[in-house]
Amino acid sequence: MNDTIIATHRLSKTYSGHPALRGLDLAVPCGSIYGFLGRNGAGKTTTMKLLLGMLRPDAGEIRLFGEAIESEASSIAARRRLAFVSEDKELYNFMTVGQTIRFTRPFFPAWRRDLEEKYLDLFRLPREKAVPKLSKGMRTQLMLLLAMARGAELLIMDEPTGGLDPAMTEEILLALADLAASDRTTVFFSSHQLAEVEQICDNVCIIDEGQVVIDGQLDDLKSQYRRILLVFDGQPPRELAALPGIDHLRQRGRTASLLAHVDVDKLLDRARELGARSVEVHPVTLKELFLDHVRGE
Amino acid sequence: MNLRINFSSGVPIYLQLMEQIKHAVETGAIRVGEQLPTIRSIAEELTMNPNTAARAYRDLEREGVVEVRHGAGVFVAGPRMSSAKTDEIRKGAEVLRHAMEKGMALGLSESELRRIFEDELSRLPDNPTATRRRT
Repeated sequence: MNDTIIATHRLSKTYSGHPALRGLDLAVPCGSIYGFLGRNGAGKTTTMKLLLGMLRPDAGEIRLFGEAIESEASSIAARRRLAFVSEDKELYNFMTVGQTIRFTRPFFPAWRRDLEEKYLDLFRLPREKAVPKLSKGMRTQLMLLLAMARGAELLIMDEPTGGLDPAMTEEILLALADLAASDRTTVFFSSHQLAEVEQICDNVCIIDEGQVVIDGQLDDLKSQYRRILLVFDGQPPRELAALPGIDHLRQRGRTASLLAHVDVDKLLDRARELGARSVEVHPVTLKELFLDHVRGE
Repeated sequence: MNLRINFSSGVPIYLQLMEQIKHAVETGAIRVGEQLPTIRSIAEELTMNPNTAARAYRDLEREGVVEVRHGAGVFVAGPRMSSAKTDEIRKGAEVLRHAMEKGMALGLSESELRRIFEDELSRLPDNPTATRRRT
């Protein structure tokens, strides 16, 4: 669990003058299900392409499975141990499910027939079904099957549940939970669905404008961060904004809303000293953390 | 044992699991020596992260609530809660119920009562919730 399977250091990438990544530092623990979040254009897809060797960084370094990715050869060696499920779920449309599997199998000497059978069964995928006739969810499941049967240790997925109905989403999440439980496979996935990230991820990272704004174990973030709502008799005093430990402050009329994650108790005492009539402390959801960190002030 | 997790709440998931398992032990829904579901079956039943379920069991083991026997599974540990403790909890529930009924008679809503309760709890010195949350 302490081993890092993906690590980037000061990773930067610029497209014709537009910086997409500006010194991105990632550390993905081995065996985790890692949710990679950010608004459109935050740099998620660029990061994945860099990890997969589809792009080369302008600066910074990438380590996969503990090895620095510095050359084509090191990238190929790493790619043998990982699998990528793209957002558009590209498959050959002239094949059936069975043909797709038979076509893929010889490329991977470590192919596991037991896992192939297990996932065909679990996903109820018929071998004779033509790929174009698969629903979007079934395409995702077939790609997951191909990734797992080849024995990938790391699964990188771009919006795996995009466009899926809630029942199919649940099936995909269940498969990810099962993977993490049985084979200690690490799953790194990007998503816009905060609810599914909260449900399945133990680690999250939110990026904005090409940089990490918050990352860590989701339960630790929930333990640390608090929303504090204050009501004053008049305008909140000016000293409030200067109190140490406030991550975000919003004021409206006689009320103030703070986000804080260090020394919360001390902050509450100080707020009372400043004359707060009512002090409420609430836990913070992932959605609030996301909105407070990517929206700016 | 019936486990239910509210994933979108701000309360850490491993803490929700711990609370529910402790509650099941306190109410006698599951007894000393009985086996608890495996990490894997919790992850599958609730469609949640197995590492998070493992964290809940690790912390419960540290608190002496469960015992992990390698290869055999997870079992409810230790002596059953003393009847003195059970009495305390029952008396405490009664005191709080009276207070809540009085609050309601004053016209306070359920959510107002909850906020007041949490606010007052956070003011108590040495609040056990705060230490458990490791703020």
